[in-house]
Amino acid sequence: MATDIRNSTPVTAHTTTGKVRPHQTQNEALVFEKSAPGKCAYKMPPLDVPAVDPAELLGDAHREALGLLPELSEIEIIRHFTRLSTWNYAIDLGMYPLGSCTMKYNPRVNEVVARIAGFAEAHPYRPSSHAQGGMEIIEQLQRCLLEITGMDAITLQPAAGAHGEFTGILLTRAWHESQGNPRRKVLIPDSAHGTNPATAAICGYQIENLKSNSDGGIDLGALARQVDFDTAALMLTNPSTLGVFENQIHKIADILHDKGALLYMDGANMNALVGKVRPGDFGVDVMHLNLHKTFSTPHGGGGPGAGPVACKAFLEPFLPIPVLVRNEDGTRHWDYDRPHSVGRVRAFYGNTGMFIRALAYILANGPDGLRQTTEDAVLNANYIRKKLEDLYELPYNTPSMHEVVFSDKRQAAHGVKTGDIAKRLIDYGFHPYTVSFPLIVQGALMIEPTESESVEELDLFIAAMRSIAREAEENPELVKTAPHSTRVSRLDEVQAARKPVLRWKPRENPHS
Amino acid sequence: MPYPANYRYTREHEWISLDGTIGTIGITDYAQNSLGDIVYVDVPKVGDSVTANATFGSVESVKAVSDLFSPVSGKVTAINEALKTEPDKINAAPHETWIIKVELSNPAEFNSLLDAAAYEKFISEETGS
Repeated sequence: MATDIRNSTPVTAHTTTGKVRPHQTQNEALVFEKSAPGKCAYKMPPLDVPAVDPAELLGDAHREALGLLPELSEIEIIRHFTRLSTWNYAIDLGMYPLGSCTMKYNPRVNEVVARIAGFAEAHPYRPSSHAQGGMEIIEQLQRCLLEITGMDAITLQPAAGAHGEFTGILLTRAWHESQGNPRRKVLIPDSAHGTNPATAAICGYQIENLKSNSDGGIDLGALARQVDFDTAALMLTNPSTLGVFENQIHKIADILHDKGALLYMDGANMNALVGKVRPGDFGVDVMHLNLHKTFSTPHGGGGPGAGPVACKAFLEPFLPIPVLVRNEDGTRHWDYDRPHSVGRVRAFYGNTGMFIRALAYILANGPDGLRQTTEDAVLNANYIRKKLEDLYELPYNTPSMHEVVFSDKRQAAHGVKTGDIAKRLIDYGFHPYTVSFPLIVQGALMIEPTESESVEELDLFIAAMRSIAREAEENPELVKTAPHSTRVSRLDEVQAARKPVLRWKPRENPHS
Repeated sequence: MPYPANYRYTREHEWISLDGTIGTIGITDYAQNSLGDIVYVDVPKVGDSVTANATFGSVESVKAVSDLFSPVSGKVTAINEALKTEPDKINAAPHETWIIKVELSNPAEFNSLLDAAAYEKFISEETGS
């Protein structure tokens, strides 16, 4: 519950000199709490049509009392949401080095193109003959993504990465079923994204954990022992969540294929491969891409996401409907008559606004630009690694790709954990990195700068991290109680998880 | 925190104590310390079967959800209902706070587990300290 500003009590103990804590901009009340009876944003003009009786029209659905709705003036509403927006952090404000999430810049040209009226106002029920432009976008993006991944067929429909995983494992299951046996289990490395086991379980598979070797990669011997004729697939992230490329990937594929199992690639880290290597060439059978990571569409609250699934030709008959087909005259139509399809995975055709943005990004960069993007992402991660490895422990020495994973081992000796360092980073003006993931690293700091950051911004980040390492030694309390510069200080995450307050309720007496 | 000498341990950081054919299972101090504040424990039902080295539930902390691996095979005879409302008991007293009790189908499995000295050696290797 927001602090009542009329009591003018400081919110936190860590008052920065000169900072007025009780001010409205620091303590915005909930919109319900700001409400006062009779306030209104609009005055309706006199009725110039015959009045109707809503009770008569709505029958049982009619409500006499509308419940507690906030009543505010227009300027109050605008200020409320504008103030809230200033408490947010965004890639437009600074570096957002959240590992695994690929919080890269969303170029403005994407937005310009997506807002062209013909695209922005397109209706999904338009007949194909009136939607050829939008269908051409879809067709072109499909072609680009197939070229980038080296796969044979693709669906753009899944609305997020996990939705793509689900679709990809449905294809896997449908294919195994067509071979007479859906099989029983899916192998998942212990470094995987949590969505991988969730996906396999939802698709009716048992999950078998695969231990990483000392380099953080797949242990080929263990894999060979675990893969059998009951194994439907291995779900593998490459590069792994440690930012390490599986350099035995073709052997991994061979081990699986020998037993009739498929290789599913979680393409969350595809931004480290685009223009360099193609999953279709190193043995992957089916994979998803995250347009909202690799291909610069908005991400993290701003979305929506898009998780296209690309596959080899033998999986093509099982793709979700509808599938885009080119007619002899060069026009396109949607094919719904696909008897082997896994069915629909989403209404209409997917998040088409994201397809426009992703295609704009691909075309604006071109093949050489995309290749450079990949190189810059890897270069930036390695620059950070090099500049911080004397102060932060590197649990795996294998070369980094697009992200680098440190551990808090040295800082933990002073009682400072990865979560504390992340919170202190907020005071330096950066979004925290990914904390405590991947799980195979105790006290992980997972840092992904992406290609968007200049060397100047990277240097600021490095200086902040070096300064925090010094603070952890000289004044650990300062780090353990961070952040100090934010509206509220450290929140009680344990209480929030154990006793979550999920909805606001009016107080019995608002003035008590 | 000392590791009780009469318990046996897994490399996945569960402990088990044995009374006749009934095994009592929990997670170790090392496990609760790595996980941080525990907020939820997901357990099987009484009567469910558990298999040695296979997952029987999960434990959720503010950091992560981790699988629980059964040290032995058998049938669940009891679950610790108190953990529904007070999962933090595991943080406070990991070696006294049990999660499930199991009737062992193969009591010999108990003896193949790590003893306290071997487990302590294992975690010191794992942490590299």
